[in-house]
Amino acid sequence: MSDFTSNFWSVFVTTITLAGIIACGILLWMAGRKKVAATSDNTTGHVWDEDLVEMNNPLPRWWVWLFVITIVFGLGYLAAYPGLGSFTGKLNWTQKGEYEAEMAKAKTELEPLYARFASMKPEDVAGDPQAHAIGERLFMNNCAQCHGSDARGSKGFPNLTDNDWLHGGTPEKIRETLEKGRIGNMPPMAAAVGSPEDVRNLSHYVLSLSGSPHDSLRASLGKPKFAACAACHGMDGKGNQALGAPNLTDDIWLHGWGEAAITAMINNGKVNQMPAQAEKLTEAQIGVLSAYVWGLSNKQVAAR
Amino acid sequence: MSTPSEPARKVIPITPVAPDASSAGEIISLYEAQKKIYPRSISGLFARWRWGMVFLTQLVFYGLPWFEWGQRQMVLFDLGARRFYIFGLVLYPQDFIYLTGLLIISALSLFLFTAVAGRLWCGFACPQTVYTEMFMWIEHKIEGERSARLRLDNGPWTFEKIRKKFFKQVVWIAVALWTGFTFVGYFVPIRELGSELLAFQGGWQIFWVLFYGFATYGNAGFMREQVCKYMCPYARFQSAMFDRDTLIVTYDPERGEQRGPRKKNVDYKAQGLGDCIDCSLCVQVCPVGIDIRNGLQYECIGCGLCVDACNTVMDKMQYPRGLIRYSTQNGVAKRWTQSQIFRRVLRPRVLIYSAVLVALCVAMLASLVVRTPLKVDVVRDRAALSRIVSGGKLENIYRLQIMNATEGEQRYRISARGLEGLEVASEADVDIGPAESRWVAVRLQIPYGSATPGSHAVQFDVQAVGAATHVTEKSVFLVPR
Repeated sequence: MSDFTSNFWSVFVTTITLAGIIACGILLWMAGRKKVAATSDNTTGHVWDEDLVEMNNPLPRWWVWLFVITIVFGLGYLAAYPGLGSFTGKLNWTQKGEYEAEMAKAKTELEPLYARFASMKPEDVAGDPQAHAIGERLFMNNCAQCHGSDARGSKGFPNLTDNDWLHGGTPEKIRETLEKGRIGNMPPMAAAVGSPEDVRNLSHYVLSLSGSPHDSLRASLGKPKFAACAACHGMDGKGNQALGAPNLTDDIWLHGWGEAAITAMINNGKVNQMPAQAEKLTEAQIGVLSAYVWGLSNKQVAAR
Repeated sequence: MSTPSEPARKVIPITPVAPDASSAGEIISLYEAQKKIYPRSISGLFARWRWGMVFLTQLVFYGLPWFEWGQRQMVLFDLGARRFYIFGLVLYPQDFIYLTGLLIISALSLFLFTAVAGRLWCGFACPQTVYTEMFMWIEHKIEGERSARLRLDNGPWTFEKIRKKFFKQVVWIAVALWTGFTFVGYFVPIRELGSELLAFQGGWQIFWVLFYGFATYGNAGFMREQVCKYMCPYARFQSAMFDRDTLIVTYDPERGEQRGPRKKNVDYKAQGLGDCIDCSLCVQVCPVGIDIRNGLQYECIGCGLCVDACNTVMDKMQYPRGLIRYSTQNGVAKRWTQSQIFRRVLRPRVLIYSAVLVALCVAMLASLVVRTPLKVDVVRDRAALSRIVSGGKLENIYRLQIMNATEGEQRYRISARGLEGLEVASEADVDIGPAESRWVAVRLQIPYGSATPGSHAVQFDVQAVGAATHVTEKSVFLVPR
């Protein structure tokens, strides 16, 4: 028994359990042999606590047999199932085994279904109502915690229903993201940009890229500083899907919008992680799920 | 209820039963095989009441599953789909409170009936009593009256005996199987169940039909009074609800003793005899095999058959009725008249039980009447607290579980209030099929900066389009710092 340093407790539990059952059996046998002389007032003559008398109401014999059956059943149960300390029982039943058996059963039942999806093109899987329902459930159980139950994300967690992709939005790319995960890494750039004032000006320039409200004087002062950013985000600020660098010219702000948020991002950087799902989900599930996620932003193809 | 003259200690109204004269000094074991009871059949007021209750309860039980209500069975407890159809009502697991209410009402009714008239339930309405009565009637029809049955059982196995026993078993098993079938028919549509069973389909259903059939057969055919004596929890605690004004079946010893046989038209009082002629009919008809003349005993189920038996004899002897009668402890002890006894029925205990019972029934009916056939659950997304979306809006996301508890398709309109400029950004109308529930993602938006950071109470209103059904649920809208 791995749980304890010695098998003392195992022996202890086994002894108490068996001794209890045997004691019940002995008690039953002794009580069954006991004979008393009935008195004239129809009691057994047994008086307790001065005035409590036991009346002569014999227990029906079938009731005793029920007792015997429970003892036999108990011993049989303890032989078959775990119950006597570390003894695992003849059937080797465990909760984990039950779970695994059920999962295996479900898996074999679902195999033909998943096989059908695996043979289809992801675009067609996205349009299949059954696959859509499965995908939705998988999404709710595994993705909604971060991306939200409507897949629109929130601060720090990308929206999956628009057409703005950090790493590419083809079904294959989505599948890759699901399997291997992603690390979005923006290094702290304050040193490369210059003084805090430069950083503020740069923030306004970044805001100007998407036509957001900004101070145009500061933006024009900040424009040359963008060279430090262009390595990843591109000269035009349209981002780079190979690096996972976001597009700065649209109206989508993963980590917050406005001067303060952008300044903080330039100063501190950010490491953002999408965990790999290959460990948690089967390949077939990931296939269905990536088709479902692709369908979220390609409604014209996807079901409903 | 005790008057000052009585001792303060509650005396449990059970008197030691005088033994058979033979058993004194006998060496007895603490266990013994059960002696089979051969109740004699009897007719009379209480026997008629018992049969009336058998017919009433069994017409309802056997008949109800066969009635239809629109496109479905009138009463059906569909455990698989978790829908409970009772006439026009469709109840869901969320309506569990009604089951709780029903059970509390049942318990209170039991308290009330027991306080007034002892083990009424046991004697007249309990399935154990009712089915035992039915099975004994079959036994009586096939094997004959008590004496004939005794002779038959003690006699050798002749062809006649085998024929009768076999025939009895066949009828018993048929009734038991039909009972099991009917019972399962409350949980599975009974018409389909019938055709399925005939085709030997549906393993679990066959199992449950056999299981309940066997339980009926075993309990009503063999266990009978032993269920009441040794197994039933109600029987144990009903005696605790008796008091000295509870109606019980009583034997009037003052009038009956000295018991003894006599010739009719003899001045028996001159011989020092009481009204009891010791014919032992009351013992022969008793379904639990006790002698009521020994006083109230825990086995007595208050069925009143001994009252019928004794009244029959008293009529034959032209003595007044009521040597064995329904009366109370006080009634017998203080020689009260009927009206004095019945006046004590309206004692505080009974009035309180009645008041609580009426209040509960009214509350239950009222809540069933005003019940909305729509259920809404709001679950805020826990991870995605809030987000800024294009157009300078701040958005929160919720999932609403909307459950259409009607039997037709219904469109629902979702709206929200509680914050300035609050609007539903997602699809506001949802269609939900009959007796279905759906999870709908709902997005609420306010203009960015229009509310202070923190959480704000909001309300969702779900309104059935074209119907008055309407539910309001509370939630919160989070504004980030």
